[in-house]
Amino acid sequence: MDKLLFGDNQFFGINHMSEEKARAQAMRFQDTSAIMDVLDIAYDAGIRSFMCTTHDRIAEIAQIVRDNPDRYADFQFYPCMPYAHKYANAVTDHGMIGAVQHFMPEGGLLKTALKGGAALATKDVDGIAKILIDAEMKMFAGLKTPVIFMQNVFTDLLLGMGFTGALKVFHDHILETYDAEPAFITMNMPMLVEALEAEGITNPIVCSNINKIGFRMCGGLEAYTDMMASGRVRAIAMSVYASGAIPPAEAIEWVSGLPGLKSIVFGASSRGNIIGTRDLVAQHMGGLQHA
Amino acid sequence: MSKPVRIAVVGLGKMGLSHFSLVHAHPDTETLACDASGFMVDVLSKNTPATFHKDYDRMLAEEALDAVVIATPSRAHAPMVRAALEKGIHVFCEKPFCLDWQDAVALADLAEQKGLINQVGYHYRHVGAFQEMKRIIDSGALGRITHVMAEAYGPVVLRPKRQSWRTTKSEGGGCLYDYAAHPLNLLNWFFGVPAQVTGSVLTSIFSEGTDDEVMSTLRFENGPTAQLSVNWSDESHRKMSTKISMIGTNGRIFADRQECQLYLRAPSEALPQYSKGWNVKYTTELTQESWFYLRGEEYSNQIDDFISAVRDAKTRATENDFRSAAATDQSIAMILENSDTGIPVGEAPRVSPVATPQKRSWFGRAGA
Repeated sequence: MDKLLFGDNQFFGINHMSEEKARAQAMRFQDTSAIMDVLDIAYDAGIRSFMCTTHDRIAEIAQIVRDNPDRYADFQFYPCMPYAHKYANAVTDHGMIGAVQHFMPEGGLLKTALKGGAALATKDVDGIAKILIDAEMKMFAGLKTPVIFMQNVFTDLLLGMGFTGALKVFHDHILETYDAEPAFITMNMPMLVEALEAEGITNPIVCSNINKIGFRMCGGLEAYTDMMASGRVRAIAMSVYASGAIPPAEAIEWVSGLPGLKSIVFGASSRGNIIGTRDLVAQHMGGLQHA
Repeated sequence: MSKPVRIAVVGLGKMGLSHFSLVHAHPDTETLACDASGFMVDVLSKNTPATFHKDYDRMLAEEALDAVVIATPSRAHAPMVRAALEKGIHVFCEKPFCLDWQDAVALADLAEQKGLINQVGYHYRHVGAFQEMKRIIDSGALGRITHVMAEAYGPVVLRPKRQSWRTTKSEGGGCLYDYAAHPLNLLNWFFGVPAQVTGSVLTSIFSEGTDDEVMSTLRFENGPTAQLSVNWSDESHRKMSTKISMIGTNGRIFADRQECQLYLRAPSEALPQYSKGWNVKYTTELTQESWFYLRGEEYSNQIDDFISAVRDAKTRATENDFRSAAATDQSIAMILENSDTGIPVGEAPRVSPVATPQKRSWFGRAGA
C-alpha cells in the first residue's frame, strides 16, 4: 500500500464545506477528460494509487487506463464499494426485495428463490453479497486493484446493526477471489476494529477521518490514537485537512507523527495542491511508497 | 450504569434500517425491531443479535418496552403512536407526524399528560448550521426579518415510476409531506405557525397520485413573509438539499447543511463574535460530534437526545416534541387547503412599522 492515495470526492460534487463549491466542481469535471487531466498531474507527480467509488464515471476512467497500458503502467485502483446511490435508487424504484432481485443474474437460483418469496438463510445472504461484489468489480477487469474497500455508509450501517458477519463475507471474498487486501472505510474506527476482531479479522486496513481537530472521529480523537498506537489496525487517514479547517503543513505534520498510520488519502483539483500535499507527505513520511 | 433502555424500532424501510443501526449501536440500549414484511425480519433475525417481531400489537402486549421508534409509512403513525403512549411507552416518530393535525395535537396532549418523552424526526433542527441560524434569529441581530426563502431540492422522482406509499398522497407520500415538511418545520421553529397561507400550488410532474413540486407563500405574525419553493424532481442535486435565506433590517443570513453565512449592516451586541459585513461559519466548527456516525451527525444526535431523555428520566426531549411537529402538520394542512380552494387560509398578519428612532417627522407622529 502506498503512503499517499488520491481520492475522488472532488470529481463528483462532494464537498463537505460548501454546496456552491461542490457544484462548481461538478461543472468542471463534467467531462471525463477533465478528471483525467487532474489524475495525470497526480500520476506524473508520483501518486500512483487512485481510491475511487464504483461510480459509472469511474468505469470510463478504468477504460482509459486499460487502453493506455504504457502511459499508466503503474496506475493502481483502490475501489470503494458499493456506490450506495445506485442501490438506494433501486430500493425506491423496486422496493427492498425488488432491488435485490434487480441485481441478481437472470435465471439464477437466488433470483428464483427471491421471486418465490422464500426465506433467506445466512448462506443465501453470502451468495447475494458475493454476486453484488463481483458486479461492482467488473469495471476493473484486467487492472491492478491491490486494495478493495467497503464504503463507509455500508460498513457503518452493518456495524451499527450488529450484522458484522457481512463484513467477514466481504473480507473473505475479496481475499479469495481478487487476491487483494480487503479494507473498510468507516466513521467509527475504534468500534469497527473491535467488531472485526470479534469476527476473527486481525490488523485490518481501515480508512477513517483522522485529523488534528477530531472532526467526524466518532468515539473521540483519543480512542483513535490509542487504537492506532496499539498496533491492531493499519490506518489510512482521510479528511486530514478537515475540509480545509487545518492548514496543510500543520495537518500533515501532525497526522504523519501518529503511530500506526500507513497512508493518507486526499483529494485535490489543482496542480499546486497536489504537489503541495505530495511534498509534505514525502517530507514527513519519508517518501511516497513503503519500502 | 443504569439499566439499558429497551427500545423497539418499528418499520424497517429506509429510515427504519438507519434508526435500527443507530439505536443498536447506542451503548445504553437493548434493541428490538418489528416489521410486517417477512423478508427484512428473516434476514436480520438470522444475522443480528436483536429480537424481532412481525406484529406490532403483539409486540406491545408481550414485550416490556421503555420506548419505540416508529418509522412506518406516515398514515400508520397516529394509531401506532397512540397504542404505545397508552401503554406508557416513550415515543420517537418519523416525520411527517400525523396526516390529520388534530390527531397530532391530541397525541401531544396525551404524551404530555402521561409525562412521556415524545419526539419527531425533524433532523434539520439538529444540523449545526440551522441551529446557528436559530440562535442568530433569536438574538435579534438581524433586526426585523421581512423576507424569507425556504427551499429544498433533490432527485427523488425523476420519471414516472412504481407506486409506493411515498408517492401516494393518502398514505402521506408526495413532495409536500416528504420534502417540503423539512423547510416548513424550520420556518415553524423560527417563526411559529403562519398567520396566513396564500399562493399555494402543488404540481405533479411525474407522479400520478401526488405532488412533485410545492410553491407557497407563508405570512407570519409581525413581519416575515416566506416563499416556500420545493421540488423533488431535480436531478442536478446529488441528494436532498435544504436551504434557507432571509433578509432583515440589519442584514442577511443564509444556511444549509454545510455552512451559515451572515451579513451584518452594523455589528450587534447580542452577537459579539460576528462583525460588520460577511461572516461565514462552516460545518467543521458548527458540528456537535456524535457517538456513532452513519449518515450525518444530525441523525445520530436526535436519536441520542431521545435515548438520553428516556434513560435519564427527563421530562421532555430537547427538541422536536409532538407539539412542535403538530405545528408543522397544521401548516401542511393550511397549504393543502389553500391549494385546493385558491382562497387564502388564515388572517393577514399584523405588521408594525419599522421604528425610526430620534427623528420623528410630522407623518411619523401622525401615524404613531
